[in-house]
Amino acid sequence: MGAEQDTLLRLTDLTVDFASQEGTVHAVNKVSFEVAPGELVGLVGESGCGKSVTASAILGLTRMINNATIGGSIEFLGRDLLALPENEVRQVRGRDISMIFQDPVTSLNPVLSIERLMTEGLELHLGLSHSDAVKRAIELLGEVGIPKAAGRIKDYPHQFSGGMRQRVMIAIALSCNPKLLLADEPTTALDVTIQAQILRLMKQLSQAHNAAVIVITHDLGVVAGMCRRILVMYAGRIVEAGPAKELFHHPHHPYTVGLLRSVPRLDEPRKDTLQSIEGLPPDLAHLPPGCSFAPRCWLADEECWQSPPELFVTDPGRTTACYHREALIAGAEMPA
Amino acid sequence: MSTNGETLVTIEDLRVHFPITSGIVFQRKVGAVYAVDGIDLEIKQGETLGLVGESGCGKSTTGRAILQLIRPTTGRVLYSGADLAHLSGSALRKQRRRMQMIFQDPYASLNGRMTVGDIVGEPLLVHKMGDRAQRKAKVRELLETVGINPNTLNRYPHEFSGGQRQRIGIARALAVEPNFIVCDEPISALDVSIRAQIINLLQQLQREFGLTYLFIAHDLSVVRHISDRVAVMYLGRIVELAENSVLYEAPMHPYTQALLSAVPIPDPAAEELRRPVVLTGDVPSPVEPPRGCHFHTRCPAAREGLCDVEDPQLKIVRPGHWAACHLITGDDYPHIRAGENDVAVVDDVAEVDGTAETPAGEGGETA
Amino acid sequence: MSDEERREADELRRDGALEPEPEMGLHPAAAGAGASLASGEAAAGYFGETLMIEQQSLSGEVWRRFRRDKFAMIGLGAIIVIILLAVFAPWIAPHNPLTQYNDGITMQGMPVGSSAKFPLGTDTLGRDMLSRILYGARVSLFIGIVANGFALLLGVVFGLSAGYFKGGTETLIMRMTDVMMAFPILLLAIALSTTVFSKGGVWLLVVVITIVYWTPMTRVIHGEVLSIREKEFVDAARLTGATNRRILFRHILPHLVAPIIVYTSLGIATTIVFEATLSYIGVGVQPPTPSWGQMISMGQDYYYTAPQLVIYPGLAIVITVLAFNLVGDGLRDAFDPQQRRR
Repeated sequence: MGAEQDTLLRLTDLTVDFASQEGTVHAVNKVSFEVAPGELVGLVGESGCGKSVTASAILGLTRMINNATIGGSIEFLGRDLLALPENEVRQVRGRDISMIFQDPVTSLNPVLSIERLMTEGLELHLGLSHSDAVKRAIELLGEVGIPKAAGRIKDYPHQFSGGMRQRVMIAIALSCNPKLLLADEPTTALDVTIQAQILRLMKQLSQAHNAAVIVITHDLGVVAGMCRRILVMYAGRIVEAGPAKELFHHPHHPYTVGLLRSVPRLDEPRKDTLQSIEGLPPDLAHLPPGCSFAPRCWLADEECWQSPPELFVTDPGRTTACYHREALIAGAEMPA
Repeated sequence: MSTNGETLVTIEDLRVHFPITSGIVFQRKVGAVYAVDGIDLEIKQGETLGLVGESGCGKSTTGRAILQLIRPTTGRVLYSGADLAHLSGSALRKQRRRMQMIFQDPYASLNGRMTVGDIVGEPLLVHKMGDRAQRKAKVRELLETVGINPNTLNRYPHEFSGGQRQRIGIARALAVEPNFIVCDEPISALDVSIRAQIINLLQQLQREFGLTYLFIAHDLSVVRHISDRVAVMYLGRIVELAENSVLYEAPMHPYTQALLSAVPIPDPAAEELRRPVVLTGDVPSPVEPPRGCHFHTRCPAAREGLCDVEDPQLKIVRPGHWAACHLITGDDYPHIRAGENDVAVVDDVAEVDGTAETPAGEGGETA
Repeated sequence: MSDEERREADELRRDGALEPEPEMGLHPAAAGAGASLASGEAAAGYFGETLMIEQQSLSGEVWRRFRRDKFAMIGLGAIIVIILLAVFAPWIAPHNPLTQYNDGITMQGMPVGSSAKFPLGTDTLGRDMLSRILYGARVSLFIGIVANGFALLLGVVFGLSAGYFKGGTETLIMRMTDVMMAFPILLLAIALSTTVFSKGGVWLLVVVITIVYWTPMTRVIHGEVLSIREKEFVDAARLTGATNRRILFRHILPHLVAPIIVYTSLGIATTIVFEATLSYIGVGVQPPTPSWGQMISMGQDYYYTAPQLVIYPGLAIVITVLAFNLVGDGLRDAFDPQQRRR
């Protein structure tokens, strides 16, 4: 970790709106956070909370969507990616920032051999010759745990199992030594035994390559094992952020509380019923005027309905967007 | 669970083999996908039997084969004496009233071109349960029971969210007043914050209507919450079947042990202490299942000459606890733990832990 | 929420519900047996799913999307105009299309250009072009629509049977389709027209075209049925004890409406061209009955001297076919977006 920059990635008030028939969809709403070099961060939320759009924005992909309006800034190593022209963003994308997608079946081009898939990036971004790129590719495949990599490099994606394909995708993502890796639901499509392996692998590789990883998922179990710091998103906003251990043990936002209480755990005694968050996921085109979570929140009152709360600092390194954080800090629980 | 111990459904040697054919005009069978390869199971009245396993293990196929949505290749499915596997036509249709299914995909399981009222009312229509007014009243009642506003029965499915659609699917399943419902991954496609609502609803309905569930899922934490007994499947066969608490706290089969160790716990402190066991090798293809025990290719305890030759039968090893493994007896089972690099290894000496729980009684105590 | 919406919502609440609903479509009583978070009444209206205001039927939505497509609407307008012209041709046409006028031919025996009496000029036999084109529209549209209708019927019956029942039925039907499609349709049509159906006439042309054109629709329907039958709602219907008949008509057929409509409109365009081709060759509509293709055929020798003989019927074909194509494309786009709100 050099002294040149403490912060690898800094999002400031990132806003992404989509124009749609039903009005403007506020997919991402003034999202700000930082990622340090080599840090493992979890971006947690359900479908529609804006986490994937945030990832697309970081990769510079949202600007290609016609009806998208982007505001705020995304500083990567000091440069605002949103202000850069497309050809410069393209240099960053794939080399310094890369992404692993959810579905290994559809994310790898089935008509290209693994060799083609891997050497493409190496030749393009690192300027390697083809034979050097192939050598490096075989090395990478070995690193991600593909046995007999040299023999398999000419194979096609369909000849690999789901877990193997995910490893290939990780190898491709790491091939140009990125400083930041975005993993969008990297294990959702995998079986639980394979998931454990892949997560372990990602953790090891992140350390070995000093690559920061943002794990984007709805699965609390996945981030519990992987990530040092968690960001919880709801309806396009970050509602809570903090170190994983503390956040899990003592959440400071009602949504986080609700999520944690509604997920059964293997290591806890069985309960009669699960606590559930009432209501329905929000409609991003018609958000309530105040806190987006208010309609489902047991603590909500007048103030909550009037204006959306800012992110308040509750402890060093911990923030929460809730007017009732004091009650939660004091240990208020969901009504049983 | 309130069960009187009576068996509702008996499954005997259920096999579903999908033939692989080749040929242009006349198709020859050149192989088969052994999706379900010999399942014996008894589902008791009023219980929730969880069926877990990873992708390709055949659990969904089993559920569908029980309901005859897929016709079994061989085997019997006995429901109150009648063998469903050998019924067809109107005789089978009549039996359809007693069992139903809740599907995984709330989007594909409702006909988008029908109104909600028509969808929930169709079973009533098909089985001629009441005249039009009575059916409509029943539909409204059903919708209310599952938490959907009955005044929306003229709406179309696309106007509802995923969780609501799943509720509509549940209402439809309840319409014929079945005893037995197969829940095929009913919450995997839903948002996390909605899952708990649906699980609670399913449990409430079970209490209210005395339903029996076969709960098929891959999420082991949820299965633990809702099930009385749990069966673990691997590559078309059941490898272990036990009371909920016994299976989760003292699993005997090597696969179950490995599986449970890999389930993530949403707690960083707990995760730090765990070492998931890594099984080497890939899951074999159901087209060519390994000879003998299907799991032996990845099992650290596998014994040459035994496990790769003979099929282990699912036999009772302790009261209420069944396992399909040559190495498990009432006193003895292979202990799997994470060795070097977390690769699964078996302890040399397998000793009975004297404090191991005896299986809970039929009452299914929650801890 | 507007006042009106609020009033309606209140009314509905009074009618059926027991207590004010915090979320639309979700009764608080069963919202989660177990712990639930209380929600204030103010929550009403923010969960957009069923706002209890307007019912959104699918056909309404399709029409709305279609309306927004400029080109599709132009095509639709053109089709309406063409159909009206064809239907009212006997009243609109200035002359009888079969009448050969003496002043329709110049001294040298050439067709006459546009004039007051003959707005589009005449053809080589002194007949009024405008009237012939209008009557030609009747012929082309009639054949195109009716032939397509029959082809559609056959295609649906075969495609449904093959796709739903599979097994031997499917093999038989689809192989038959393959064989039919392997025939060069033009040659087949010519052969049929000149031998079996040599008596000619519009109806027989319809039959010929149907024989030749039922195959693409069968293929399309077969494919669609294959994918629809795998959907879980079909399983659900089977589970409720529905008979095959009910499943076919109530569950599968409604989902075929979209591809049927789309392919029919595109198919009409194709069959119009096909009929024109046959008539052009001489095995289609026989003179003196006017048909656009036939008119082109008759006029092609005069292309340099009296191009209007070819251009006007040609334009008629192009505009008609284009209109149907635009509508077909527009319908396909309007039906397509399956993902609506969630």
